[in-house]
Amino acid sequence: MELSASSLRDKLQRDLEADHVEVEDTTPNRCATSFRVLVVSTKFEGKPLLQRHRLVNECLAEELPHIHAFEQKTLTPEQWTRERQK
Amino acid sequence: MSGTLRRAAAALLRWGRGSGGVGLQGTGVRAAGSGAGGGQAEQLDALVKKDKVVVFLKGTPEQPQCGFSNAVVQILRLHGVRDYAAYNVLDDPDLRQGIKDYSNWPTIPQVYLNGEFVGGCDILLQMHQNGDLVEELKKLGIRSALLDEKQDQDSK
Repeated sequence: MELSASSLRDKLQRDLEADHVEVEDTTPNRCATSFRVLVVSTKFEGKPLLQRHRLVNECLAEELPHIHAFEQKTLTPEQWTRERQK
Repeated sequence: MSGTLRRAAAALLRWGRGSGGVGLQGTGVRAAGSGAGGGQAEQLDALVKKDKVVVFLKGTPEQPQCGFSNAVVQILRLHGVRDYAAYNVLDDPDLRQGIKDYSNWPTIPQVYLNGEFVGGCDILLQMHQNGDLVEELKKLGIRSALLDEKQDQDSK
């Protein structure tokens, strides 16, 4: 299993049919064990935060046990548009 | 992180409502520690329902061992929530894995309100920022201290 920002991004993009994905390696020395992700997907529409995060966790179920720290932000395309206007 | 929290608190103060509710006189955080008795599902079920606010941390509220656990502690502190049960998963490997399985959630910290799983640090932080946490605490009969700060500011 490959653990890298790009592999996580590809997987989230594919499985969650995401409009937009950002993955940042937040490990101080970039050793790819801590990540911050932003996922924008229509799949989040009408779902509370907990369910959205569960979708992300399920998508990365294989990787998460090997990740030391994981931060996530889950937005619908509409929320993402509003966020960018701020 | 503290900068983010301060900004979030300020944002929350601007639109928090200030009516009703009784301030909870907390008896202080009980460092429940390793008395959790392993990670059996029935035991965990009882554990998360025993107190209105239950958190599973890496470390203790006095000495969190991880930035995310610390963030949870600081958010609760900002809201004046003092009477909560905190379990240190670093004291107990069975609890550490058991609570992940029980909650079906892969990371620590984890927050329970009224026996219901709320989420981890990111979710609590967003609930803090969007005002949902004040409402959720109100449902538990806990009046967020941020509402009182708002009143103080209004009366000045």
